[in-house]
This record gives sequence, structure tokens and C-alpha cells, in this order.
Amino acid sequence: MNDDHVYMTLAEGHEDDSRWAYGTGFEDPLHGVDTAVPEGVDTGRLAADCVALADDALVSAQRLAEWTTRAPELEEEVALANIGLDLLGQARLLYARAGQVDGSGRGEDAYAYFRDAGDFRNVRLAELPGGDFAFSIVRLLVLSSWRLAHFEELSSHPDPVLAAIAAKGVKELTYHRQYAAEWAVRLGDGTQESHRRMRKALEQVAPYFGELFTAHDVRDEVVAVLRQVTEAGGLPMPVYRPLPGAGRAGEHTEHLAPLLAELQSVARAHPEATW
Amino acid sequence: MTTTHSAEAPPQERLQEHFDATIARDQRIEPRDWMPDGYRKTLVRQIAQHAHSEIIGMQPEGEWITRAPSLRRKAILFAKVQDEAGHGLYLYSAAETLGADRADLTERLIEGRQKYSSIFNYPTLSFADVGVIGWFVDGAAICNQVPLCRSSYGPYARAMVRICKEESFHQRQGYELLMTMMRGTEAQKAMVQDAVDRWWWPSLMMFGPPDGDSPNSAASMAWKIKRHTNDELRQRFVDMTVPQAEKLGVTLPDPELRWNDERGHHDFGTPDWSELKRVIGGDGPCNAQRTERRRSAHEEGAWVREAATAHAAKQADRARKGTAA
Repeated sequence: MNDDHVYMTLAEGHEDDSRWAYGTGFEDPLHGVDTAVPEGVDTGRLAADCVALADDALVSAQRLAEWTTRAPELEEEVALANIGLDLLGQARLLYARAGQVDGSGRGEDAYAYFRDAGDFRNVRLAELPGGDFAFSIVRLLVLSSWRLAHFEELSSHPDPVLAAIAAKGVKELTYHRQYAAEWAVRLGDGTQESHRRMRKALEQVAPYFGELFTAHDVRDEVVAVLRQVTEAGGLPMPVYRPLPGAGRAGEHTEHLAPLLAELQSVARAHPEATW
Repeated sequence: MTTTHSAEAPPQERLQEHFDATIARDQRIEPRDWMPDGYRKTLVRQIAQHAHSEIIGMQPEGEWITRAPSLRRKAILFAKVQDEAGHGLYLYSAAETLGADRADLTERLIEGRQKYSSIFNYPTLSFADVGVIGWFVDGAAICNQVPLCRSSYGPYARAMVRICKEESFHQRQGYELLMTMMRGTEAQKAMVQDAVDRWWWPSLMMFGPPDGDSPNSAASMAWKIKRHTNDELRQRFVDMTVPQAEKLGVTLPDPELRWNDERGHHDFGTPDWSELKRVIGGDGPCNAQRTERRRSAHEEGAWVREAATAHAAKQADRARKGTAA
């Protein structure tokens, strides 16, 4: 390697564009994909489903980003960022698809930055404040188990774009669930302190389970995963206590608005700007 | 120390000769090779400092991941900060090949016994800082580090090859953000110029004190751990950055900056070395904040690391009982 090369050519053209992280290049993420919606698909429902799944992913990625520089070990720093980046990538593709089929022609940033809390359709579990590592692991376990089961179904959706996004997501979510399950077992089994924290986290998460199962029937699969993991970690299966309200209907906890205020602050301060 | 005690062990002088000859031939020293104590200590110090800089360096930019103004910029920044954690990991591993221990190095960092790059003690005040850090700070890091790809210590040199590739990529991403902002609104252009004004001098200080005042340089040069002096690298950085600033349309905040035909280099003003001393000595704008964040992450994560260790021990115990039964 020439000593100067990498810096001197900064302002010139480059041929190594494949090095841009996935989805961070300049092309529309769905560029070149046939975006026509097949006949018989309800576009209103398709767009709404895409937005809800994108909102879950974006809000979860935002919570995972909050771990940056705060993770218990460097390996976890890298892993949590990986998961956050995967979810952010899923959100971008899903927003792009929503914008194509809902007739608005909106881009991903219009959905992420210029809607208010009441317009978001994520489940409330995603927006709850970070908590400790045990809470983040339990939340990730529940959300990734549900999302994986749901994406497996969606990979045969009649809309080929959503099906492709889901198929790509399945590989990512398999890792997310694996990561969360391994840590759940480690923490459940590890020390008295980690066990105590895991029990508390399971109790905190339990009221928000039900919301995941209202529209999509993958409940049995998710419950089976949780049962297996809690057993392996010597933890009690949490008792489900439903809570009024529904994130999918835009009824959120008080935690979503501040999360969005932070996420949207720069974009909204400069609405005319391009970045 | 690595001196072996077997009967055939060559005497110290022979080992030293072999080491000197390896350095003279520009060949690599590898972890199992004999090396002088001073060489090992200098390397551990430098690699640890470098690893700490990667980890502390996640903080100033990491602050902006949750606020990045587009999803594409959010993904770029998130991935970049993640890369820095990865760089920290490779470098701690390189230090471990010299007998250092990551946990111990982390303790030294949070107790203030080992340093990290002075640049990360400055605050990031707007999103333009993300771009300017990519352009200047990653750029200066590349100037410093590309020659280290030829460092005499094998594991360090190999880690540097990978790190430099990723950093040159970060630098381009930063520069590209600034190009986009400079084509944008007046407010965006002003943000870029303001960030350039704040980061220029601290970036020049990243190369360390002037050569006459750099106590460790001579030995490092002789051992080929380091290949160029601080002032040489600083000059190179200035020469490369000036045309890039012109292309971008920003002004570098140095009235003495001009091309010198005779020298074939740019002349530039003298950084405020007393500021560098203050920042290195712990009195920069963000020293306390950066160390405190690292400390609290480490301390708050202790129960997680303890749980992982306890679980691994229990698993090993269960496996042993399982095989015994």
C-alpha cells in the first residue's frame, strides 16, 4: 500500500463503491426491483403492514443505538450495533415499499422524521426505555422471536417485494434471536444478581406480549421459544397480564414522543435541507 | 520476559543481534520472537493508546447516531462507530500478543494511567462535526497509520492494514457528507464552516508535539515501530487537506497558511502547544466526561461479565460431571 494513496485520492472518483455498508450507497434501496403490486393485493393493507413493521424496526434500532459506548463488553458493543443496523436496514426497505404502494410517493425519511407519535404503529414493547442489559435481552428475545416467525410467513406473501424483504430479514432475525437466547440463558443461569435481573425483566416485558399477537397468529411458535429459553436459563415463564392500549392503533406509552423528538430533532430543525 | 531458559538458549547478545538484523532487513518481529524489553513496552504503550483512542473515539460521534437527520446517514454513522469498536478489539488483541491483558488495559484507561488521542476530548456540537471528524480526524489517523502498516511488529502491522482500509472509507463518507451539506442550505454551509474552524487546530495536534519535544519518537523510529516524525506527518496532512478544502469551499482557519514554492510544501501557523499539553494533561473540554462514560459502562457491565463467567464455569462443571457419570 502506498503511504499517501488513500488520502490523496479523497476528492477523486472511486471504484470501490461496493464497500459502502449495505443500503448506505446512493441508490434507492429498491432500485431495479419490479415494484408493481400484483392484482388482488389490498394496497392499503399492504402499506399499513409495511409501516407497522418498519416502525417496530426503527424504534427498536433507536433503542439499540442508545447502547453505543455503554455496552457491558466490546463484543456486545459490536453485536448490538449489528442488530440495530439490520433492523434499520429492514425499516428503510419497508418504508420505501410503503411509499410505493400507498400512493403518497413518500420516501423513507418522510415516514421516519415527519410523522408524530400518534402516527407510529409500532408495538409498545419496542418503545419502552432501555433499562438494563437484562431488559434489553428479554425485549430482544421476544421481539426477534415474534418477528422471525412472522417474517417466515411473510416470505411467501403475494407481494414479491415484501416477500423478498422478509426473506432477507429471516437470516438476520435468526441471528438476533440466537444472540438474545444465548444471553438469556447465560444471565438466567449465571449469578444470583443476573438471575434476579432476568426475572424482573421478564415481569416488565410480560404486559406487552399480547399486543404482538393481535393481528398475526404466530403465538404458539413464539411461546414455545420463550418456554425453551426460560427453561434452559432456570427462569419462570412470565405470566401474561394484558394492558389496555394498542401501539398498532397509535396508542402509545409516554416514552415514544421523547424518543421521536430526539430522532427527529436535526431533520425537523432543517426541513429544507438534504443530507 | 521472553528470554527462554532452555540449555541451548542463545545468549542475550546473540538474541539482540538477531533482532537488530531482522529490523535492519525490514522483516517483521512476531509474538514468539525475542525482543528487547524497551521494544515490547513501547509497543504495548502505543498499541494500547491506539486501542483506547478507538474506544473513546466512539463517544463524540456516537452521540449523533440517535439524531442523524436521515436514515441513510444514521446507518452510515452507526456502522462507522461499530467499526471503531471492532478496531479497538483488533488492537487489544494485538496488545495481548505482547502479554498485555485487555481487562488490565481497560483499568489503566479508566484510572487515567494510559492515554488516548487528545482529539476526542473536544465536543461534537452539530451534525457537521460528524463529517469534519471523518475528513480531518480519520484523515489524520490515516496519515499516522498508513506507515504503521509497515511497522516492524507483525500483529500490529496487520491490524493496521485492515483498520486503514476501513478508516479511509470513513474519511470518504465524512467528506461526502460535507460535500452534500455544502450544496445545501445556508444554515448547513455555516455549520460546516463552524465545524472546520473548531476541529482544524486540534486535528493538527493529533500528530503530537513538535519533533524537538517528542520524547519517545527517536527510539520508535530506530525500531521501525514508527516510520515518520510527527512534523513530517503533520506537513503531509496539511498538504493533502488544503486542496480538499478548496474543492469543498471552506476556509481553513489559519491566516499563515500558504503555498511555499521553494519548500514545495504549505507553510502554516503554529498550533497552540500549551493547549495540547493541557488537553493531554486532563484539562480538555471533555476529558472527564469521556473517561467517566467509559468507566460507568465498564462498571455497570460488571454483573453481565460476571454472569457470563459464572455460567461458563457451571457449564464446564456440568460437562465434567456428565462425562464422569
